Amino acid sequence: MSANRVSYTLDSTLDTVNSAEEVASQIATEAGFADEEVMKIAMAVREAAVNAVLHGNAYDPGKKVTVDFERTAGTLVITIKDQGKGLDLAKIPDPLAPENLLKTSGRGIFLIRSFMDEVEINPSTTGTEIKLIKHVHGPTADGKEASQ
Amino acid sequence: MSMKTSTRQVDGVTIVDCSGRITLGEGSVILRDTVRDLLAKGNKKILLNLGDVNYIDSSGIGELVSAYTTVKNQGGELKLLNLTKKVHDLLQITKLYTVFDVKDDEAAAVKSFGQ
Repeated sequence: MSANRVSYTLDSTLDTVNSAEEVASQIATEAGFADEEVMKIAMAVREAAVNAVLHGNAYDPGKKVTVDFERTAGTLVITIKDQGKGLDLAKIPDPLAPENLLKTSGRGIFLIRSFMDEVEINPSTTGTEIKLIKHVHGPTADGKEASQ
Repeated sequence: MSMKTSTRQVDGVTIVDCSGRITLGEGSVILRDTVRDLLAKGNKKILLNLGDVNYIDSSGIGELVSAYTTVKNQGGELKLLNLTKKVHDLLQITKLYTVFDVKDDEAAAVKSFGQ
């Protein structure tokens, strides 16, 4: 494993959600993202981890969640996989539609898309993989412009 | 930091001072139980002070919506007070800012509840 890539295999628990969020925050900070961007990345990871634990693996102790962080020049790529039945993208309602505004769930994917630059969702019968991509814009933490 | 709530009464309005994180799990449950207890005791004018809520996730947003509709369905009113920038921005992008009655002055908020 290269120094710019780290992977975690985690249980299908609420602790996993909190851990993934904390690690995302730490890695995003180290990658040079501004505080507000760090918050958005960490929240997107949290929402993706919630989906994996809750909707994907359904808290099944026999199923794992893998979280992979990869840093390249100016970009952070986070991949989260579960071992569930596969997300049915067609069944995700638009949370901004007037008839859905007062629903108590269904905003996770929307928030992820709002906070990340690119989002790829790849469901299969053996689980769902979601790839979150964020580019460093502007100066990095050490004052240098990020290469794009 | 986990979620904490404390309640106080001002001119017939129950103000719930919330602090910490409203997220999946404990934070959402505490908010749900707090609102449920208030309704059970007949307190139907509820002002949620979110001034010290520094984080909220989609589950927390869902819990706020649930609290709002539950109180409304029982003939009451639930309003939000002192949103932090993070919570304000989240309610904006989810188009919920116009659904909730959001206040930034406690005295004016208390007066805004119906008699």
